[in-house]
Amino acid sequence: MELVCPAGTPAALRAAADAGADAIYCGFADETNARNFPGLNFSPEELSVSVAYAHERGAKVLVAINTFAQAGSTDLWTKAVDNAAACGADAIIAADIAVLDHAATRHPDVRLHLSVQAAANTPEAIRFYTETFGVRRVVLPRVFSVNEIAALNREIDVETEVFVFGGLCVMTEGRCSLSSYATGKSPNLTGVCSPPDHVDYAEDETGRMKARLGGFTIDCFERGEPAGYPTLCKGRFSAMGHSGYLFEDPVSLNAFELLEELAKAGVTALKIEGRQRGKAYIASVVSAFRKAVDGLSGGADASAAISALKAMSEGGQQTTGSYRKTWR
Amino acid sequence: MAGASPIELALGPCLFNWSADRLLDFYKQIAAEAPVDRVYLGEVVCGKRMPYNDPVWPDAIAVLTSAGKEVVLSTLAQPVNKRERDILAQQAAYDMPIEINDMSMVPACRDRTFTAGPFLNIYNEASLGFLTNRGAVSWCPPVELPLASIQKIAALVPEVDVELFAFGRLPLALSSRCYHARAHGLRKDSCQFVCEKDPDGMDIATLDGTRFLAANGIQTLSDACHYSGLSSGQLKATGIRRLRLSPHSLGMVEVLTEFRTFLDGGIDAQELEARLTAMNLPGPLCNAYLSGDPGWKKTALPA
Repeated sequence: MELVCPAGTPAALRAAADAGADAIYCGFADETNARNFPGLNFSPEELSVSVAYAHERGAKVLVAINTFAQAGSTDLWTKAVDNAAACGADAIIAADIAVLDHAATRHPDVRLHLSVQAAANTPEAIRFYTETFGVRRVVLPRVFSVNEIAALNREIDVETEVFVFGGLCVMTEGRCSLSSYATGKSPNLTGVCSPPDHVDYAEDETGRMKARLGGFTIDCFERGEPAGYPTLCKGRFSAMGHSGYLFEDPVSLNAFELLEELAKAGVTALKIEGRQRGKAYIASVVSAFRKAVDGLSGGADASAAISALKAMSEGGQQTTGSYRKTWR
Repeated sequence: MAGASPIELALGPCLFNWSADRLLDFYKQIAAEAPVDRVYLGEVVCGKRMPYNDPVWPDAIAVLTSAGKEVVLSTLAQPVNKRERDILAQQAAYDMPIEINDMSMVPACRDRTFTAGPFLNIYNEASLGFLTNRGAVSWCPPVELPLASIQKIAALVPEVDVELFAFGRLPLALSSRCYHARAHGLRKDSCQFVCEKDPDGMDIATLDGTRFLAANGIQTLSDACHYSGLSSGQLKATGIRRLRLSPHSLGMVEVLTEFRTFLDGGIDAQELEARLTAMNLPGPLCNAYLSGDPGWKKTALPA
């Protein structure tokens, strides 16, 4: 299985390539990609240099242009596709029909991957994208159990890529406007979720710290307790007189224990989330997964690499998410 | 262009788990009393509800059609299993107007026209134009898309009827996890259909008691009740031909009547707002998605 790793900066990309990534995904520094955060992402010039660096080490570069083009400004998105092709990108990851159509028509020789943001979760939807735009790989929405992925792969004739580590969207990616409801900005509209410029922390009268997004309290922490980032769907809320993590606990995805099952399910590529992460984090996660994946194919013991991965998540709490049917 | 014909009213599909009896009574009343031009019906949110509400649709379609309403079958937004996929394939072959809410339906609709529903990610003129070439004749934009964007798209794809989501809790998110089941200590596969307890969704508040969201099975909606107080003239100038009002447990006949009166110039926007506020709304009024602001806010839109 191919190991697909994130890079938010040229330094992170070099770290991922050096640590053994088979492919690295990144985006341009604008709203054309779904990690549009300040200080992150690439200029076309940085991308060209980075592609050369990755190719020298045998790694591919996949460029995410995976937000939905803004009405009347689709040029920004089509230009990003042209730039990615000109920089020698090995594939473009897209979700919007407008972007896919442009890439398929103007750059038929560049591989197209369907972003998770397209939420293609049936063989019919996947065939629509493969037959219409020549999509070669589908990043699966995080709605499937491993058995369902195996069944899906038997029905489709295209590569599949699944998330195995990092931040976990609880809602179906590409089908969530919670962030814009609170802040006016969302993944589909502007490439961000729970954006930092709408976050604030405020102490209440009892000394508890409230972490807020767009003025809404997303979580509340006792004095001395570390206050987490208010990602909307990971907060504590109340319903029916009870308070708790209504949508999801503050956990992150770690599917290391399922790598063998995912291989048997016919998955082509494993994706690590985290383009917002620093190069040290990228280097350690990528090398741990490299050992785990190599151990899988070579029969070597990967348990040390896996324990290292366990230590790297937010608060140490991890989940296998939808890959286990009981998550639903 | 929108021309001189009046802005139409549509009733959106019921997003909540209402019993079969309640649904049929509801559509009978709409057929008899509501000033509505088009009615969308069908299960959009959860395929597990289908065996219970499926028997209602033939009767509801018959009673609405004979009352002169245009009935559109709205389809599942997130099909997951073989049964649900088979249902979508069957529905695509029905001899009645349909609304698609997932790209799964596009290939099956190759020889027919359809409405592109608000759950499809159509955010620009190029993607709507693409779907128009494949049969889309009507489009309800995603709820977070601002009016400025809708106006640009409507001007560039004038052959499509644009329908604005204009009343109700905003459908904000879908998941594979059922939040109703989770809140009741259950799982989706053994949910006991607890979502039927909340005919307008389960209220979700912040820890300091501020109303915020509403859960409806795998769907999350706003707590606040969105509305559009744009006049017929403003709607026409934006390229909008129809408003979609989303069913809630309050008197929808009354809501539709107030909107009709407002669109016909019988009352102004302030009076519409006052009359809606006096009703048993599921949450406070909001409208700021229309101006590109946080959806929960209520702002003064340009008159």
